Amino acid sequence: MPDATTTTPAPLVPHVRRLSGLMLRERVVEGLLLLAAVFSIFITSGIVFILVNESRPFFRTVNPIEFLTGGEWTPQFADPKFGILPLVAGTLSTTLVALLVAMPVGTIIAIWLSEFAPAKVREVVKPLLELLAAVPTVVYGFFAITLVSPVMQQVYAWVISFFPSLKENYPELPLFNVLSAGIVMGLMIVPYVCSLSEDAMRAVPMILREGSFGMGANRTTTALRVVFPAAFSGVAAAYTLAISRAVGETMIVAIAAGNQPTLTANPLQPAQTITAFIVQASMGDLPHDDIGYQSIFAAGLTLFVMTLGFNLLGAALRRRYRQAY
Amino acid sequence: MRPIDHTIRRGQLQDLIFRVLGVSLLLLCLGTLGVLIFNLAHDGLSRLDLKFFSSFASRHADEAGIKAAWVGTALIMLVTALTAIPLGLAAGIYLEEYARKNWFTGLIEINIANLAGVPSIIYGLMALGLLVYKLNFGRSILSGGVTLAFLILPIVIVATREALRSIPQSMREAAYALGATRWQVIRHHLLPYSAGGISTGVIIALGRAIGETAPLITIGALTYIAFLPPAPFSMMDSGHRAGAFSWLMTDFTVLPIQMFNWVSMPGEDFQANAAAAGLVLMLATLGINAVAIGVRYRMRRRIKW
Repeated sequence: MPDATTTTPAPLVPHVRRLSGLMLRERVVEGLLLLAAVFSIFITSGIVFILVNESRPFFRTVNPIEFLTGGEWTPQFADPKFGILPLVAGTLSTTLVALLVAMPVGTIIAIWLSEFAPAKVREVVKPLLELLAAVPTVVYGFFAITLVSPVMQQVYAWVISFFPSLKENYPELPLFNVLSAGIVMGLMIVPYVCSLSEDAMRAVPMILREGSFGMGANRTTTALRVVFPAAFSGVAAAYTLAISRAVGETMIVAIAAGNQPTLTANPLQPAQTITAFIVQASMGDLPHDDIGYQSIFAAGLTLFVMTLGFNLLGAALRRRYRQAY
Repeated sequence: MRPIDHTIRRGQLQDLIFRVLGVSLLLLCLGTLGVLIFNLAHDGLSRLDLKFFSSFASRHADEAGIKAAWVGTALIMLVTALTAIPLGLAAGIYLEEYARKNWFTGLIEINIANLAGVPSIIYGLMALGLLVYKLNFGRSILSGGVTLAFLILPIVIVATREALRSIPQSMREAAYALGATRWQVIRHHLLPYSAGGISTGVIIALGRAIGETAPLITIGALTYIAFLPPAPFSMMDSGHRAGAFSWLMTDFTVLPIQMFNWVSMPGEDFQANAAAAGLVLMLATLGINAVAIGVRYRMRRRIKW
């Protein structure tokens, strides 16, 4: 047997050996980090795969066209009907109420923070305002039924005293209703609207404001006629993300909107959203092969597609305002 | 009075009106937060005593407590943190320090941006199908913790990237010039400098996870639990000794689910319990956010590039 040392290359000098060890470690670390980054794609694929795969048996029983156009959602009946429209109506009406609260309030606060407030005040106020988004939504649900809804009932009783025709059709506001749930949800999404719109408005170059002031405009005119239009695509991105947040919001509507899947857009009535249905169905123990179990995935798929649309729109708008300046 | 004075006056009045409007809407929002906390305290403060923390849920409202719920929340948060922090940090570091600009990293970035906008209940459905049934984790603490980790992963990644991005390029170049490898630069320089920013993001993400209800309801967390997960190596009722990780596979409930359960029950007494549980939850959330704000504030004062 020949001497091994004569056939192999000369041993590496110590610091070179140390370097090759380092290079190996570099490779291993980079591989591990890449794996973690790729994992996020795995999550998305997991979501799409599970939603499609688990709702496939559902669409074998229920015709997809019937599902998308049907006006009755009665999964717990002996002869169940699966038309998603009542849930979509509930989702959109709570979202609409929430937006009617969050869009004006959020935008005005954003304009005030960006164009009027001193920097020190802004530093203090922004984190405080973000706390509104940090409150657990189940707590908001409790707030909606113990305080906001009773107050709204009083307000409603006062309002209809001026409108006799309303009084005949809807003598009183039920405790569980779209209006109260939507208002509370609106308060929750104010920070989402505000934070992103304020960023967009602050990204507007100072020179535009100076031009406006130079023409003799006051702060309000400058803010509303110059800064706001210039930042509009960013503000619109904030709105679409707020919509997506409202569409996907679950616990507030599960607690306060009444869980009644009726095909109506009337905010004075109880309703059920897609998310609230999923919660309601999950509270009972569903067997794996039951149509009820499959229906939550079909509902989830609908919700996912809706929010994905709004998210992509929001991302496109945001890219546009980033490029603008 | 000259006409110009008139115009100026009108402009000033307009500004004043807008200022008042802005401030009052802001106060309305912050006031709502105050009223919300006051409402919880008013309804629930009387229920908040040591017994409330040391009793299990019960049919009798005045005997019910949040023992299983707060232990469940603590354990879930532990699993969530241990899963989301390493994964999120690693992905964030890769995307910011290693990734070249090509279609693949572009895909990952779009993907993460979209994940951040997926409703939490969708994560719950995914976990129900994947973790509970396909991987057979069951309706366990492990499933719940991993679900919430997936949910907050985008927040941790984005926070990591932003913290790394704020470090000037010259810091990296100085370290490279002294012969450091890429990982040495990251390990010895970038991570310590960005620790403050990253921890702020992680803490805020955990604060979001602690209040999440919907995804855990979807994977089938129970509303009534009258036992604690077995401590590692403790004796169980069955006579077996628990393994080090048996607690991971046990059923669980968490604070928000316990609160939701009480909210749905009729009767003033249960509403008081719900308020008390909500108060505990709010204190935890506000506490976590206060820590995050504190960390951010200290970091800003310490580091000036």
